[in-house]
Amino acid sequence: MKSMIRQGIQPVASHHNGEGKSRKSWSLLEKLLLGLSPRQYLEQAIKNPFNWILGVLFAVGLPLIAYRFLFGLSVVTHSSNDYPWGLFLGFGLFAMVPLSASGFMLGTTVEIFGRHDFEPIERLALLNGLLGYLFAVIYLLVDLGQPWRLPYPMVVAFGPAAVLFLVAWHVATYLSVQVAEVSVAFFEWIGWLGGKRFVRRIAVGLTVAGIILSTLHQGALGALFTYAPGKVHPLWYSASFQWIHFFCSAIPGGLCMVIAVSTIVKKTMAWRCDGNFLDNLDRCTFGLAKGASMGLITYLAIKLIGVAHDNEWGYLGTGWGAWFMLELAIGVILPLALFAWAIHNQRVGVVRLAAFITVFGVVLNRINTALIAFNWKLYPEIPHPFEVIICLTIFAIYVVVYRFILYRLPILFAWKAVPVEAYETEPVTVQSAPALKSSVPAPGAVYRSID
Amino acid sequence: MSGISRRRFLAGSIAGCAATTLCGTQKALAAGSFTGYPEGMGVLVDLTRCIGCRSCEAACNKEQKLPAPAKPFDDMSVFDERFHGGTQMRRPDENAYTVVNRYQPEGGGKPIYRKVQCNHCNEPACLTSCFVNAYTKTQEGAVVYNPKICVGCRNCMIACPFNIPGYSYSSAFNPVVKKCIFCHETRLKTGRPPACVEICPQQALTFGKRKDMIKIAHQRILNEPGRYVDHLYGEKELGGTGWMYLSSVAFDQVGFDTTTGNEPIIANVKDFLGTVPMVLAIWPALFTGFHLLAKRKDGHGHDDDHAGDHSAAHGEEEDKS
Repeated sequence: MKSMIRQGIQPVASHHNGEGKSRKSWSLLEKLLLGLSPRQYLEQAIKNPFNWILGVLFAVGLPLIAYRFLFGLSVVTHSSNDYPWGLFLGFGLFAMVPLSASGFMLGTTVEIFGRHDFEPIERLALLNGLLGYLFAVIYLLVDLGQPWRLPYPMVVAFGPAAVLFLVAWHVATYLSVQVAEVSVAFFEWIGWLGGKRFVRRIAVGLTVAGIILSTLHQGALGALFTYAPGKVHPLWYSASFQWIHFFCSAIPGGLCMVIAVSTIVKKTMAWRCDGNFLDNLDRCTFGLAKGASMGLITYLAIKLIGVAHDNEWGYLGTGWGAWFMLELAIGVILPLALFAWAIHNQRVGVVRLAAFITVFGVVLNRINTALIAFNWKLYPEIPHPFEVIICLTIFAIYVVVYRFILYRLPILFAWKAVPVEAYETEPVTVQSAPALKSSVPAPGAVYRSID
Repeated sequence: MSGISRRRFLAGSIAGCAATTLCGTQKALAAGSFTGYPEGMGVLVDLTRCIGCRSCEAACNKEQKLPAPAKPFDDMSVFDERFHGGTQMRRPDENAYTVVNRYQPEGGGKPIYRKVQCNHCNEPACLTSCFVNAYTKTQEGAVVYNPKICVGCRNCMIACPFNIPGYSYSSAFNPVVKKCIFCHETRLKTGRPPACVEICPQQALTFGKRKDMIKIAHQRILNEPGRYVDHLYGEKELGGTGWMYLSSVAFDQVGFDTTTGNEPIIANVKDFLGTVPMVLAIWPALFTGFHLLAKRKDGHGHDDDHAGDHSAAHGEEEDKS
């Protein structure tokens, strides 16, 4: 794409091609192809070496996924009755969901606390949340014995006392909330402003719903393990605090995932970002890092309280204790120190490094809880190679979908549209009267609708 | 006139009181811990009587119409089988709802055989963890499972403290949970003992009302204190189980988890379940309140933003608009 831009091609960022009178509307196909001809589009796709890596992975992984659905879980996993939840859930569900806490975190920051200075990165955080949840559900579908029965807890049979019932309902509702939140960008892209205005009007409601649902299901994922007190190693288990451990670690997890993704975006698709995003990114990164640091130090404190509450100090001297402390040292204390130093010295590169480490730390914690420290009295389970490949393949699909959306929808850039009368009235009148500012329904609307 | 109304008033009051009392009683029952149906059945397993003949395995296989095993039921070499790096003995799975394992107690002596199957808990972890309510604890004491609504999340297998439920992973289109159901459909419903109990040649398995089994067990311990460890495993463990065990050696030597405690599994989850309605009730007002507070501040202008470095961003935003 970079070389195409060098040749003078501008990627689509508005409804219209060209300037002034000669302009004509982009067709949907042209929007999809970013304003390139099909031939140009294919050319730039083939040139990208990353696509080749993806191609190889898909060539192996997609048939394996088909294989799993045609012949059952037993052909791609160890069919363990002792480890009913393997990598699909251990990584796919339990690690993807905390890394997607970004949506509700940034939604809260901007819409609830009115910190519009974080707006340049808000949409990326919302999209990161949506896609993370979506793919957590996709991992779940691969893992479920009878995935076509997924809606059963909603319509056929109810087990309302079960934690998983909460997870199912909350993830389903929250996915809809996130679709609504991200749909603003989609409505801009297809040019349906009515839909966009409606969603902006209910933005505060959506955001509050997002906080409630996130609090509960991030916590519920942890609470799922309180069903297995004898199976999860005591250091990773806490009947009283498991849910809050999971919820609290999701906060730095989600924030750092946004830093990580924005870093990759800046490195690999700077052409798609507008000045507003690029100029504000470093400042936003520091802001997110401060939030993540507070999350991390709180998490460290409550993890230690967890050990103290159940009087598990003795376990720290064992091999499991060493592994537990290593997890905390690498995943929590190291990034905390790096954040502190980097924020103090304004070194954004180190902040980004620390964010990647934090993401790794959260994933490690979830895999530890779900797989490594699970069944600690029995035997260790090493996932089937096919299980690993399918996990990687789904992650690659996630990356492709993520990239597809970032290339097209106005997430990293503002959509440029010609003024339409009916559309201009709402935000502009409000803006021109500063005294009325407090009555702006959702302040973000104003910023985003400067089309 | 006033008399009638008074009478009506009184009648109403009494009805109201009665309703409140009734509801109150029901509530109290629901909120407390459930210790099993009073008439629920149970089985007493006496490990000192078991000779490891595996006829219970064979009877179960026949009764539940399970596939033929790889090794016949009179092949005793299965007792030497070890799995997962030599650490694990046989366990129930989709093809066998019950298995017998052999243990060599510390300090020599005769080997001890232990039959493993679903223990039919009073307050089953599988049941409480199931999000489609596929499990039922029947009045007769069996924990049964409805394969027609199971989604296959396998949370019950995570939750079961005895590692009992197996899953038919090899089925692509209709995998289900498979476990001992106390022969509920074919026998228990009509008061007959399960197939394994009926066939046992040593009377190692005794079938009857759970409360009677507890009495018999303690009587046996009392009569022969040298023969038994003074403990009935399953009487109190994890809220009590329908199947209970007597042993001549410490239970942890014959594969029992003696660290479970007496609380049912759901007791660990109640902390979280209690926070759910609180979050649902408090968060909306709390965060909408935060929003109103933040907006109010905005209304006074951006100048009082205490993070000084952000005022530039705000200015820029206003310029653009």
